[in-house]
Amino acid sequence: MFNFAERRHLFFLISALIIIPGVIAMVISTLDYGSPVRLSIDFTGGTLMEVSLVNDVDEQTVRDTLKDFGLSDYVVQRLDPIPADSIAGAFDEAGSRWQLRFEETDRLDELKAFMRDPERLGEFWSPKSVEEDPAREAALTTSSVSATVGQEVTRAAFVATLAVAIIVLGFIVLAFRRVPHSFRYGACAIAAMFHDILVTMGVMSILGLLFGWEADALFLTAVLTVVGYSVQDSIVVFDRIRENIPKYRGEEYETIVNRSVLETVHRSLATQLNAVFIMVAILLFGGETIRHFIAIMLIGLMSGTYSSIFNAVPLLVSWEKGEIPFVNREARRRRRSEMSAM
Amino acid sequence: MRAYRLWIAVILAVAVLSAWMSLSDPHINFLGINRKVQVVQGLDLQGGSRVLLQVSPGTKYDDDTVEQAVKNVERRVNGLGVTEAVVQRQGEDRIIVELPGVREQAVAFDSIKSTGLLEFVDFSTVTQDLSEGACILTTEQVKLTEARLPEGATPPAYTEYTCPSEDLLNPTEEPALLQNGQPFKTIMTGAGLADAAATTQGTIGTQWMVNFVLRDGGDRVKDFETYVANNPNRPMAIVLDGRLLSYPTIQPDLSDAARAGTMDGGIITGSFTRDEARILAAQLKYGALPVPLDIIAFDTIGPSLGEISVERSIRAGIIGVITVLAFMLVYYRLPGIAADLALLLFIAINFALYKFIPVTLSLPAIAGFLISIGTAVDGNILIFERMKEELRKGRSADRAIEAGFERAWTSIRDSNISTIIITIILYFFGNAFGASSVQGFAITLGMGLVINLFTAVIATRAFLHTIVLVAGEQLRARPRLLGV
Repeated sequence: MFNFAERRHLFFLISALIIIPGVIAMVISTLDYGSPVRLSIDFTGGTLMEVSLVNDVDEQTVRDTLKDFGLSDYVVQRLDPIPADSIAGAFDEAGSRWQLRFEETDRLDELKAFMRDPERLGEFWSPKSVEEDPAREAALTTSSVSATVGQEVTRAAFVATLAVAIIVLGFIVLAFRRVPHSFRYGACAIAAMFHDILVTMGVMSILGLLFGWEADALFLTAVLTVVGYSVQDSIVVFDRIRENIPKYRGEEYETIVNRSVLETVHRSLATQLNAVFIMVAILLFGGETIRHFIAIMLIGLMSGTYSSIFNAVPLLVSWEKGEIPFVNREARRRRRSEMSAM
Repeated sequence: MRAYRLWIAVILAVAVLSAWMSLSDPHINFLGINRKVQVVQGLDLQGGSRVLLQVSPGTKYDDDTVEQAVKNVERRVNGLGVTEAVVQRQGEDRIIVELPGVREQAVAFDSIKSTGLLEFVDFSTVTQDLSEGACILTTEQVKLTEARLPEGATPPAYTEYTCPSEDLLNPTEEPALLQNGQPFKTIMTGAGLADAAATTQGTIGTQWMVNFVLRDGGDRVKDFETYVANNPNRPMAIVLDGRLLSYPTIQPDLSDAARAGTMDGGIITGSFTRDEARILAAQLKYGALPVPLDIIAFDTIGPSLGEISVERSIRAGIIGVITVLAFMLVYYRLPGIAADLALLLFIAINFALYKFIPVTLSLPAIAGFLISIGTAVDGNILIFERMKEELRKGRSADRAIEAGFERAWTSIRDSNISTIIITIILYFFGNAFGASSVQGFAITLGMGLVINLFTAVIATRAFLHTIVLVAGEQLRARPRLLGV
């Protein structure tokens, strides 16, 4: 029989190996950008523009155009052009497609006119031909958020996070109110939750440094949803332990815990697999704009299942055995005396 | 057993109703609802814009003026032919404008950006060299600005006024004044007009202009007529939002008409494009905004991106659902059939409700729905795992089913409730303009969790009992069919 509790040190090590690079990335990110993950315009304010051009220009030209317009702080990223075959009645495929991000929010019309100069970037690409529709719409996607609105979203984000934290804590207190050592269960579930937050934030931070991923309102949504699922996963396993303790009186705590994990692991994995199927389908085939959101959610979900089985439960055993510094001193003393007696 | 026959009947009825609403777009006229039941696509799927406007800081406003501004913006946008535009007041001093679809959307966007204060200005004694687009201060602008000042504030000096910073090179342009340092005299504003329309002139048809009709007995129409009558062969300036549009010379025959009282309208010229002329006409027709508004945030989704997103989302959804259906069938065998039926019912109910309520389907909303499918089978998995344990202990199929549901119920209930509460919090978070994408996700996920309590528990249970009833003998002989 596979013994989860016995290999707990290995599991803690695996978690550490994932979390530590993330924490390092968060430190670097905080030094470079002032926050542990790169924040999108949702929070900071600014403009995010997606521009499809008829011409295939190089990145330097795009940068020069923005610079000559008078923008100082801008990020330029090349995107894949929209494939011509995926639009009904499409004409030629665009020459190039770009994502631009900058702080300016007011002079956007002038910027567009400036970019359309044939000496600069040239005409914007449009999925329809000029002859077909004289008042054609160019394929521009723009979001612009003023600093005030950005601050409001940031404030709303803090309130939402706080509310979720209170709900989750309340839920844990409620779920374990009649269990002996209920504080332990709660603390371990919360530890697993922090594990998941650290993993998702860390991965996001690394992706931010490497590929410029930015945390928007949907990122926060992914984290908060994951937190809910993660706590739930822990509760399902803990529920089983609670049920098994009176059933198998006389068995060692570690054995009961291990039995409980094995009994629930089918459910955890089956549920996990179904969620993974759905998310991978969205990642591979779904809309482009929510890809980052789903990716983070998928990572968080996997971390949530891992942490409840491989962190929260082993942590309970460590606690029972007095291996954690500063808590359960009595068990620690007992263990010491057993060892010296041997 | 009787009870399950009843449930099966209820479930069948729900299934038929949901399937009917999901697959067709019926027109419902029932219980005070009278509309077509159809999918409402979010702006990120059909393309379009969302604009958040705020009363310019430092302006005095009250409830009525903001309400008036909302109505004004709405009329302008509708007047330009944007169908299904939504204009809503948000909080104290904000207005949200949603412009779905790509048709005319850019024009509508432009039309709400400016106040639309049109003035006819006395240029009879002007000797300065002013070109089109020049920034001009008028008596009307001074009057409006001073009226909007908060109580007790000192009115700004004439030289402190600036034009809206449309001009790139001169962001804070000082307005032109008369030689004596006074503002130009406003004869009449756009409020004196009854109607306006964009037209072309000449045979080439590229010169756009705006035709207007004077309002009988309208505000300062008399002044306008007097000015036209008394100043033949002299210029009259047309100023829009503080900028000189043009200063045509009054033709003598127009003066004659004004004197005779037969002048009922005129033409505003300027170097307009087609859209500019249409926007101006809409602004004149529906009046200037009672307060200046600033755009503080907006989202525009290009037309092609949405089209592709719809296609991709449908494909992703179908692939994801088929995989889940296949997994449940392979892993749980006969109970898997019950779970799959329950899942299909779940999807049909959700989709029918999206159309019925209606829920706006955006990309995050679709993601929320798909993720709720993952949670929907979670309930079944919890139940089936328990059931298998009971079967292994030697319980009969029916009793194992009951025990499985009973034991798993608390877990299902708890996990759903905690996530439902989180979706409610997320919904409120999504009230902030920049986080609105979150709202769709929260709604569909939350709805999925609630519906799941019905389908995963009641429907699956009824399906399972029916299966046992039909195939009871074989099940006893081959417990493998139950996944044990």
